[in-house]
Amino acid sequence: MAATDFLRKRFMPHIWCPGCGHGIIMRALLTAIEKLDIEKNDIVMASGIGCSARMLGYIDVHTMHTLHGRALAFATGVKMARPDLTVVVPMGDGDALAIGGNHFIHAARRNIDMTAIVMNNSTYGMTGGQYSPTTGCGEYGTTAPYGTVVQPFDTVELATAAGASFIARTTTYHAREMARILADAIRHPGFSVVEVLTQCPTYYGRKNEKGDAVEMMERFRDCAVPVGPLDDNGRATAADVEAADASVETIPIGVFRKEVRAEYCDAYRRQVIEPAVAAASAAADAAGGDR
Amino acid sequence: MIERFVLSGTGGQGVITAAIILAESALYHTEYNAVQTQVYGPEARGGSARSDVIIADREILFPKVLEPNVLVCLSQMAYDRYCSLVRPGGVVITDPHYVKRWQHASSRHVEVPLHDTAMRELGSTQAINICLLGALVRLIPIVPLDGVRDVVSRRFPERFRAANSAALDLGAGLVQESVTTF
Amino acid sequence: MNASAQKPDRTRVRFLQGNEVCAEAALYAGMRYFAGYPITPSTEIAERLAERLPQVGGSFMQMEDEIGSICAVIGASLAGTKSMTATSGPGFSLMQEAIGYAVMAEIPCVIVDVQRGGPSTGLPTHASQGDVMQVRYGTHGDHSIVCLTASNHQDLFGIVVDAFNFSEIFRTPAVVLIDEVVGHMREAVDVPAPGELDLTERLLTDVPRDVDYHPYAPREDDRLPMSNFGGVHRYNVTGLVHDMWGFPSEKPTIVNDLIHHLYLKLENRKRMLTRWREWSLDDAEIVLISYGSSARSARHIMENRRSVGVPIGMIELQTLWPFPSELIRARCRNAEYVVVVEMNMGQIVHEVKRAVDRPERVFLSNRVDGEMITPTDIKHLIRVIQGKGV
Repeated sequence: MAATDFLRKRFMPHIWCPGCGHGIIMRALLTAIEKLDIEKNDIVMASGIGCSARMLGYIDVHTMHTLHGRALAFATGVKMARPDLTVVVPMGDGDALAIGGNHFIHAARRNIDMTAIVMNNSTYGMTGGQYSPTTGCGEYGTTAPYGTVVQPFDTVELATAAGASFIARTTTYHAREMARILADAIRHPGFSVVEVLTQCPTYYGRKNEKGDAVEMMERFRDCAVPVGPLDDNGRATAADVEAADASVETIPIGVFRKEVRAEYCDAYRRQVIEPAVAAASAAADAAGGDR
Repeated sequence: MIERFVLSGTGGQGVITAAIILAESALYHTEYNAVQTQVYGPEARGGSARSDVIIADREILFPKVLEPNVLVCLSQMAYDRYCSLVRPGGVVITDPHYVKRWQHASSRHVEVPLHDTAMRELGSTQAINICLLGALVRLIPIVPLDGVRDVVSRRFPERFRAANSAALDLGAGLVQESVTTF
Repeated sequence: MNASAQKPDRTRVRFLQGNEVCAEAALYAGMRYFAGYPITPSTEIAERLAERLPQVGGSFMQMEDEIGSICAVIGASLAGTKSMTATSGPGFSLMQEAIGYAVMAEIPCVIVDVQRGGPSTGLPTHASQGDVMQVRYGTHGDHSIVCLTASNHQDLFGIVVDAFNFSEIFRTPAVVLIDEVVGHMREAVDVPAPGELDLTERLLTDVPRDVDYHPYAPREDDRLPMSNFGGVHRYNVTGLVHDMWGFPSEKPTIVNDLIHHLYLKLENRKRMLTRWREWSLDDAEIVLISYGSSARSARHIMENRRSVGVPIGMIELQTLWPFPSELIRARCRNAEYVVVVEMNMGQIVHEVKRAVDRPERVFLSNRVDGEMITPTDIKHLIRVIQGKGV
């Protein structure tokens, strides 16, 4: 099946602006799914609110367009009801890290098997370019006309601290690598976080004089520094950036963590459901049905 | 017939558990209905504890006890707070180890040395609420002692069965004769 | 729906807290996924289900907050598992947006709200019935909702099962609204045998695989045959106004039809949705209307006054929403006075005033100090209305 067979063409054209990176991410996601050869009926995608969230309206799997920030919580219920389904959650940076920050860290802590794609364009595009939790300190948005005064979240570090077992970062420039990473993330049996740096030329780019979509993607190309290979514990070794000039901006990309830890649904079934069912049926046998 | 109990004391003595057992015993071992409520809240954390039980031969609608026929107080604070609520002709049960009684003409007062007896015979007050139940149902014979014994034995793990049974009998032994309150 | 309380069958009777009854009744109804967050006075529901659900192969999940809880419940339901959450006022407030989502996306789920004193943190361990209007109007936008309550544990068991049934039939969130007194009180409940109470399972679509399925095209009876996620039909679910495919639409005719559907699918079916009990209305000059634990006090004083010859009767509402206005109008037609008994500053009393022919004869007997309203409180008001003084 070709990647484009996963599209709901009836609902095209899409709502994204010219130059938006989200279409590249959708294409990479479909390529990954195609490569993994998963049945459409076995995939559930949940999203929140925002430009990113509109992606799944165009994808022909089971799609749930939910509330701002809450997609991971909805997806958690789906996964608990049907652990056999593949669950993918495309999110924006505000969606995942601001309003949905609590669900994000707790989904990571649980290590529940799903893939969170954080489509980070450093702004709230749907509402017109307000600063987000990943807007750089001093950068501009419609709600930061004098520049922001706070440090942005580092998605990878946040996911690491919260306990996600697969963590990667890539950019829309690295579309082919993105497809490989997404396939790897979806295949990983645990909570996977893939941050994709994506361009919003309409708002973030214009407000911060980052140029057009092509220039923004060229920046991703020029600043990207691959992290080293994974060590025996599944953690990336440091990127080889020492040679680089410290004043040059760098974006570490690649797979930062990949470790196999107990997955929530599996652990709950083994540690809780199976012993409880066994004990209950033993108690019923012992009672002999007389009470 | 309607009997309204208030069991009160200090958090940790088990008076709320005793109230639940009393009500459950009435339900399973008599023809009566029973309802139990309790006071929750900050005051239930280590401070005072109170639980209400109504046992009646009819449907019990209003579930709280505003004026008990039977008031049990295992702390001075509970006694001072609730003593005046007792219906005329009702009975107040206290343990002299915990409660210094003051005169109250319209109700009967029964002192039961639960604490001292439990310390002497059982070595601790861990089962003081079970002793209390023994004394209570001997004094107010609305529920058979063995009914309480049955509920207690099913509520706690098997290994406590003998000790609880002994505590129940110990409490019952502290009361010579029953009283009528309604 | 006017059954008198039965004396329990002691061979299978159990002595339970109201919260435990909610848990057991939900299991009876087939609920197999619960997500929740600890909050007084509802926590015992979560505690019991944490133990009981895995025994029947279900899953309990403690989420990071009440928002996550209701969202996970909706997700699990969409994937085909009957699901529930339980909370109290502050958590219920947090859930409102997601309840609106379940309304809009028409996903069945059950929410138990064990009311405590409010507003805000209020009185966590005390009695109140202040959330009645929040159930009806807590979300933004315009829609109807199902809200059931009970005053005793036997009725509560059935009401919880009804809530699951209505939720599935109408693809709507159903709220079981009890209060601290009912939630924490222990009394007998005769647990029904399997099969004794009717269970309504989800109406699934019979559209075969690879044939166009319209997830949001209601049948003539307003019901929507469902296809669970993971099944053979893939479609979009959204909180946006949507067309019959579940795809966002802003077309006025589509918006208009959807809003009417969400409202009328319940408001047009009060006859089926209304649960109530009534006593001594035939010659009643005074009619008490109450619900939840307040109804215990109301009935107490009703029986008491009857026994001394006062022509007084009573209606206990078990369905609060959609409000059974036709029932109330009919039953109160001959009443000289109607007294609504509730533990708030007046919520259902306004619905009663809107329903009856002579709203000036409707009075409120209430209490808002965290203590349960007593039969004496109600008696005093009746005497004042009668011009007798307290």
